Amino acid sequence: MDTKVQHESAAPMIELRGISKSFGPVQANKNINLKVNKGSIHGIVGENGAGKSTLMSILYGFYKSDLGEIYINGEHINITDSHVAIEAGIGMVHQHFKLVENFTVLENVILGTENSFLINPALNNARVLLSDLASTYSLEVNPDALIEDLSVGHQQRVEILKALYRQADILILDEPTGVLTPAEADHLFNILRNLSKEGKTIILITHKLKEIMSVTDTVSVMRRGEMTATLETSKTNPQELAELMVGRSVLLRVEKDATEVGDKSLEVHNLSVTDKRGVTALKNVSFHVRKGEILGIAGVAGNGQTELLEALGGISPATGTMKIDGEEIALHGKGSDARSRREYGVSHVPEDRQKLGLILDFFAWENIAFGYHHKDEFNKNWLLMDNGKTREIAREEMAKFDIRPPTPNNLVKNFSGGNQQKIVLARELEQHPKVLIVGQPTRGVDIGAIEFIHQKIIDLRDKGVAILLVSVELDEIFSLSDRVAVLFDGKIIGERITEETNESELGLLMAGIEDGSGEQPVMESIA
Amino acid sequence: MKNLPKWVDLVLIPVINLFLAFMISGLVVVYIGENPFRAMQIIINGSLGSAYGLGYTLYYATNFIFTGLAVAVAFHARMFNIGGEGQAMVGGLGTALVCLFIDWPHWTIAFPVAIMSAALFGAAWSAIPAYLQAKRGSHIVITTIMFNFIAYSLMVYLLVHVLKPKGQMAPESAKFVAGSNLPSAHDIFSWFGMAFPKSPPLNVTFLLAVLACFLIWLFIWRTRMGYAIRAFGWSETAAVYAGISPFKIIMVSMLVSGGLAGMMSINSVMGEAERLLIDSVQGAGFVGIAAALMGRSHPLGVFLAAVLFGVLYQGGAELEFEMPAVSREMIVVIQALVILFTGALENLVRVPIGKIFMKLKLKQN
Repeated sequence: MDTKVQHESAAPMIELRGISKSFGPVQANKNINLKVNKGSIHGIVGENGAGKSTLMSILYGFYKSDLGEIYINGEHINITDSHVAIEAGIGMVHQHFKLVENFTVLENVILGTENSFLINPALNNARVLLSDLASTYSLEVNPDALIEDLSVGHQQRVEILKALYRQADILILDEPTGVLTPAEADHLFNILRNLSKEGKTIILITHKLKEIMSVTDTVSVMRRGEMTATLETSKTNPQELAELMVGRSVLLRVEKDATEVGDKSLEVHNLSVTDKRGVTALKNVSFHVRKGEILGIAGVAGNGQTELLEALGGISPATGTMKIDGEEIALHGKGSDARSRREYGVSHVPEDRQKLGLILDFFAWENIAFGYHHKDEFNKNWLLMDNGKTREIAREEMAKFDIRPPTPNNLVKNFSGGNQQKIVLARELEQHPKVLIVGQPTRGVDIGAIEFIHQKIIDLRDKGVAILLVSVELDEIFSLSDRVAVLFDGKIIGERITEETNESELGLLMAGIEDGSGEQPVMESIA
Repeated sequence: MKNLPKWVDLVLIPVINLFLAFMISGLVVVYIGENPFRAMQIIINGSLGSAYGLGYTLYYATNFIFTGLAVAVAFHARMFNIGGEGQAMVGGLGTALVCLFIDWPHWTIAFPVAIMSAALFGAAWSAIPAYLQAKRGSHIVITTIMFNFIAYSLMVYLLVHVLKPKGQMAPESAKFVAGSNLPSAHDIFSWFGMAFPKSPPLNVTFLLAVLACFLIWLFIWRTRMGYAIRAFGWSETAAVYAGISPFKIIMVSMLVSGGLAGMMSINSVMGEAERLLIDSVQGAGFVGIAAALMGRSHPLGVFLAAVLFGVLYQGGAELEFEMPAVSREMIVVIQALVILFTGALENLVRVPIGKIFMKLKLKQN
C-alpha cells in the first residue's frame, strides 16, 4: 500500500492518449485524452450512450481499444484483459454488484485470489487486512456476515474492499449511488475522500451532477463518444456541466404551475403484498391521488416500490382495496389482471421497460398496441388484427413523441433507452388514461429525453389525470410531484406536501427514521 | 448479428449448413469406399427425379409439415413440445375411431370429421402436459417426452386387446370402411385426365398440409391470439404486464400444437395405411422438431425443411437399395448430420457469417 505523499512523480496516475473504439458503425469513443493525477477524485459525466462505460471498460480490460495508449503511473501498459488491469492496480466497483450472495464477506473478498489448495490461509490473511482497511477508511463490515444479509450500502463496501484487497491504487466506481439513501451516499463520499487522502486515485462515473460537485476534484464531460471538456470542479457549476453534456442549454427543473385538484381518482386502502417466498413486501399501504395531482412515492430501491407498482398494475395479486373514481377494483383473483386495469383506464409505465414494458424483439408498431391489442382501433374484426392501421397509429405517435428513428418497422431493441421509454410513454399516454402509474420514468434515460418525459407527465397532470409517480431519484420526486409519500420497508412512513419539505427531511424518512415533527398527514396511511 | 439481411438469415445460412452436413456425410461415404457424388445423385434422383419418387417424398413431407408446424407453434410461445410423436399416435386413434365405426358414404364427409377427431385427440394428449406446465410448473420437455411413452403403451394395449379383430395375428386394427379412403395423388391426377403412378402414398392430405401452413401463418402473425403467443414467447413478464394470461397462452399454444401433430395421422393412418398400425408415426414427431428448427418456426420454412427431410427419407431408401454398402444406419447418420448442422450447430455458421456481413457493411459506409 502506497501511503506516501503525492507529487513523488510528475507523471499522472492515469493517462489515456488518443483512445478510440467503435462497435460496427458506432463510434463509442473518439480520440479520448485524459490525465488523472494521483490521489485525486475525478468525475466523468455524460448522457447514456456518451461512451463513459466503454471508456472505463477499456481501462478495466473488458474491451480493447482500436487506437490509443494507456499509461498507468507513467508506464505504458497494454491492457489486454481485466487480469492485466488488476495487476496494474486498477479496481472496479460495478453498478450491479458482482458478489456471491450466499458467501460471507471474507469469502467474497478472497474469491479468485485464494492462491492455495486450502482457503484458510487466505481467509486469515484477509481477516487481518480487512480490519486494517476498515479502520483506515471507515469501511466497517462484519467479515463473517453473509452478503444476502447485508444492506446495499454495505454490499458496496464489500466491493470496494475487494478492490483494495487486490492492491488497487485506482478505483473506478460506476454509478455508485443509484441504490443508496442520501445518508449512505454521504458515507460513501467520506470513504472516497479518505481513500484519496491516502493516495488512491478515484474515477467516479455518474449522471448526478450534484455528486460531481460535492466530491470530485476534477471532472470530464463526455458527449457522443468525445471528451468535450475536462474542468476543475471548483471552477464550474451544474448548469454548465449539463449544457456540456447535452450540447445545448437545458432546464434542470420542470416548469410547473399549480393546478386545480379534483376529486379522489385513485384510492388505495390497506394494500398488502406477500411475495412467493412468503415475505411481506407491502404492509397496509394506504393513499389516494386526486385528479390533476401527482403523488410521488419516494424511497430507497427495494423498499416495496416494485411490489406497489406490480400490485396496482395488475401484475401480481394483493389484498386490500383499490378504487378508481369510487369504483372498487379486484386486487386478486378474477378481474385483477393487467387487462382489466387498462379497461378501468389505468395506464402503467413500468419501472423496467425492457423486462415489462416492451417486447424487445417486436417492431415498434407492434409495441404500440401492446397491452391494448384487444381494443378496436388495432383490430380489423373479431379475428384479425389491423397491422396496417397499427403501423399508421405508431407512425403518428412516434412523430408526436419525437421518437428517433421515427420508423415503426424497426425492432424496439434497436432503439436507445430514452427512445424505448418514449415508446412506452407514447403508448400509455395516448390511451387517455384516468389514472397513470409511473415507475422510474427516467431511469437510464439521457438528459434531453428526461426533460421531454417530465414535460409530458406534467402536461397529463394539467389535463386532470391522477398520477402516481414512483421514483428513487429524489430530484425527480421534487420536480414533479405535488405530494410525496415515503416508502420504507413496505410501509408508508411519512407523507409531505412537496413544497413544505426538503431533501434532508425526506432523507431521514427514507432511512426509516420516523420523526414526530409537524402535523402528521402520516396517520391516514398507517390507519 | 441482429441486422443480417433477411435472405442471409433465411436462405444463405441454411444452405451453408446443409452443404456442411452433406460434406461430412460425403466423407463418411468415402470412408466406406463408395463414391459420394454418386450417392448424392441417387438421393436426388430417387426422391425428385420421377413422379414415383416425388410421390413418396411429398408423402413424407406431409407428415413432417404437420409435426413441424406443431413444434413451431409451441416454439412461438417458447414451449418446447417434443411430444409430437405421442400426440400423432393418439391423433391416429382419433382418426381410426372415426374411420372404423361409421359407414361413411363419401370421403368428403369423412375427411373433415376425421380431421377434427384427429386434432381433438392430439390436442387432448398435449393438454395434460400443458396443464401441468401452466398450473404446476412441471417442465413441458419432461412431461411431453414421458407422454410419448405413455402413448406408445396405450396404443399397444388398445391394438392388442381392444381394436384388433378376433383371429388376426398382427396387432393392428381392422381395415377402415371403404367410404373413408382418401383419394391418392393417382386418383386426383386422373380426375384431370393426367397420369400419376399408383403406388406412392401421396394423397389429398398434402393439400391440407399446405393449407395448414397458410392458416398457421395467419394465426401467428395476424390474429390477436398469435400476437399474444409471440409476446409471451419473447417475454413472459412483459406479457403479464400487458394483461396476457400465461395459463391461456400455454394451453392454447399447446392445444394447437398437439392438434397439428394429431392431424399428421390423417396422412399416414387415413391416407396411407387405411388401418391403425402399432407405430403409425415412425419418428415423424422427432423429425418435426428438426423441421421447425431448420425452418426457424416460420410455416414457409417448415414447409421447405419438411420437403428436404422428405427428400432425405425417400432418397435414403433408394440409396440403401442401390448402394448395399450404405446400410440403413448410414442413412440415419446422414439425416442426423443434417439435423445436427441445421439445428444444434447453427451458430457455427451464423457467427462467422454475421461477422463477414458486419465488415462488408462497414466497408460500404
